Order: sequence, then C-alpha cells, then structure tokens
Amino acid sequence: MTIGIGHYLTVAACLFTLGMLGIFLNRKNVIIILMSIELMLLAVNLNLVAFSYYLGDLVGQVFALFNLTVAAAEAAIGLAIVVVYYRNRGSIAVEDINMMKG
Amino acid sequence: MALTAGFFYLFAALAVASAAMVILARNPVHAVLFLILAFFNAAGLFILLGAEFLAMILVVVYVGAVAVLFLFVVMMLDVDFAELKAGFIKNAPIGLIVGGIVMGELILLFVSGGFELGLAQQPGAPIAELGRDVSNTKQLGLVLYTRYVFFFQIAGLVLLVAMIGAIVLTLQHRKNVRRQSIAAQVARTPATGMAIVKVPPGGYVLPPTESNTKTETQG
Repeated sequence: MTIGIGHYLTVAACLFTLGMLGIFLNRKNVIIILMSIELMLLAVNLNLVAFSYYLGDLVGQVFALFNLTVAAAEAAIGLAIVVVYYRNRGSIAVEDINMMKG
Repeated sequence: MALTAGFFYLFAALAVASAAMVILARNPVHAVLFLILAFFNAAGLFILLGAEFLAMILVVVYVGAVAVLFLFVVMMLDVDFAELKAGFIKNAPIGLIVGGIVMGELILLFVSGGFELGLAQQPGAPIAELGRDVSNTKQLGLVLYTRYVFFFQIAGLVLLVAMIGAIVLTLQHRKNVRRQSIAAQVARTPATGMAIVKVPPGGYVLPPTESNTKTETQG
C-alpha cells in the first residue's frame, strides 16, 4: 500500500473540482468565490509539489512558491475590490457588478 | 511506510472534507475556518512530500495572512448572507454535472496511466544532486537565490504592485477631516501669520481670522 503520485493527484483533483463546484454553487457571494479560487490554487500547488517529489526535481517547489506569491497578491487585490464595491453599493452580490455595462 | 500511508489518508480525507465544507457552509465565517483547516491539512501533505519549507509557508502566509484577511473582510462587511445563498439549489445540478465530468476525467487520466512518469530528462534542479541530507529549506535557497533569482525578484515586484494596488483601492479621503498641511505651515511668514491690533483701553478685540476661516471651509 505505497502512496504513489496518483494518490496525490487524485486528492488535488478532488480539491480542484470542489473549488470549481464552489464557484458554481455560490454564484452570488464574491467572498466564497474567492475562497474557491484559493482552493483551486491549493490543488495546483499540491500537484506541483507531488511532481517535484516523484520526479526528484526541485523546480516544482520553486514554482509552487511563486504560485503562493501570486495567490496571496490575488487575494489581497480581490478583497480590496470587494471592500471598495461594498462601500459604493452596500452589497456584494455578483449580479449587481455589471452596472458599468462594459 | 504504513504510518506514512495512514497520515496521507488522514490529511487527504480531512483536506477534501473541509474543502467541501468551505463551499457548503451557510455561515461564511465557518467557511473561512474550514478553509484554514484545509490549508493545514494540505501543509501536512506537503510535509509528507518532503516540502517542509512550503508547508511552513502555507501555514504562515495562507493561514496567518490570507485566511485571516478573508475573516477580516467577512466580519467587516455587514452582508445578509442568507440572501446571497438563494441560488444555491438552482445552480446545484449544473455544478454537479460539470464538476463530476471534470473530476471523472482527471481521475480516469490518473488511473489509466495516461502519462509516463520517469525521471525528468533534464531536471532543472535535481534533488538527488544536493543529497537528501541537505534540508529542504537549504535546497530551495540554493536554487532560488542563484538560478531563479530573476523570478524571485519578479515575485517581489508582484507583491509590491499588489500592496500598492490594495492601498490605492481602499484609501479614502474624507472631506470633513482637517489634516495637517505641512506646506501651508512652512509657507507661513510673519506677515500672514501675525496681526498687530490695537486694543482699546478697557475694551477687547475679537480675533477676526477664526470666523473668516470657518466661512472659507464651509463655502
């Protein structure tokens, strides 16, 4: 019962799918959508680290590190946008965001 | 070996279960707390994979900063979350269909052995070369600060832009707050800052500037 790369990839696939499902299910709540995106990025990182371990190559971990950086920046900017939007409109429902009709 | 497998299944099951709770929880505060649990279990999986540094970064950066930021925003915004939950049942079938297809395809790919996993042809930074006795943190530092220093600096730049962007977005100038104007203070001269008035004996003189400035700010 050795744990191979397939096990880790399966866990990552489950996490990724759950993140995607979260975007589908909570279509109105921006905060839950951002959390779902974090889950998907976590799944990607798990894939990278698993491949790094099983290929004996450290580059995967380096890339996962940069991935974490980008994810943190994305969360900060996303939440800042949510706060500004709430200040202007008093709600965070996604359907109201199309008011600019871009 | 059995211990490793046991811990793998523990961490994996908890990570998937808490990820499911993130998207199903009614209260968004609970969702954030389950997100933190998912991050902790992913950090456990990273440790099983020998990536201790990334596991610690995950705990420090994600749990310590990002998840707490989420918690902060959820608590700061006074939102009626029950109303936001309204379309949950309506969107469930299509979400389940698409999610099932994606997960089925991914797992089918892994089970069928669609990819050949050999050692990398030209590993960028082989672990074996550095030796397993060198700690993971040191190994990462050895490649991160030499071969990937350019990407490292780009990552710093991304964080800088994110910081400036977040500040610019959320900074607000209130109209009615009187702030210190250093330029005006420095530009003061005796001619503008002082007035010599003659006080009549037994009388008084009201300072005229106070009312003047008030009318100026109101107008």
